[in-house]
Amino acid sequence: MNITLLYFAALREVLGIERESVQLPAEVQTAVQLRAWLAGRGDVWSQALAPGRALRMAVNRKLADPDTLLVEGAEVAVFPPVTGG
Amino acid sequence: MSVLRSVVRVQRDDFDLGLEVKALRSGDTGVGAVAAFVGTVRDVNDGSGVSTLTLEHYPGMTEAALEEIAGQAHARWRLNATLIIHRFGELQPTDQIVMVGVTSAHRGDAFAACEFIMDFLKTRAPFWKKEQTPQGARWVDARSTDDEAAARWGAEPQAAGLPPAQGR
Repeated sequence: MNITLLYFAALREVLGIERESVQLPAEVQTAVQLRAWLAGRGDVWSQALAPGRALRMAVNRKLADPDTLLVEGAEVAVFPPVTGG
Repeated sequence: MSVLRSVVRVQRDDFDLGLEVKALRSGDTGVGAVAAFVGTVRDVNDGSGVSTLTLEHYPGMTEAALEEIAGQAHARWRLNATLIIHRFGELQPTDQIVMVGVTSAHRGDAFAACEFIMDFLKTRAPFWKKEQTPQGARWVDARSTDDEAAARWGAEPQAAGLPPAQGR
């Protein structure tokens, strides 16, 4: 499945990327699986996306749970906990 | 007769509380209470001076998240209208960041809904603050007290299945 990934705030700066299109392997079906797959890129990715790091994800602009299913063409965002207001 | 109204604006520009409240309750003779909150930029955070605060957001999701929060407030309390304005971009100490305005027949609903919207906004709306301090730029960390404040209203913020709000 093909998705668009967006990164925000401190995570965007650490990874040095704002947006990318990726083709996911068949076994990556959920938000938490996507996070692990991205962490598997190594280097700064494995550090910034390590399981202990507090991160949030949104799928098609709605906050996602770890088990939220990804869908073809989805816009998936990964970002630190929000600090507005 | 009250008209259910929910307005959300995400903007770079400043806002005028007086004008916004005036517009929010304009022509609605059922309104007996207006509650409004304004959040502003402090010059100190976590022990460091702050000279500039830059707010980043997620265009598209931000508006949807704020509309969902306002919708939950309308579902939980008897409200005539709600307004949420949140700024982004570069701000200075004393600048306004955010405002929430709520009109209702009675103060209890207006006070509670205003606080609820702010508590949920702080944990669910995709904004991030970056501070310029004498030690350099730093991203603001989320506070556990914000999660606790949102949790007071119920951990699962799906509007269906929430207990009805206590009255005024």
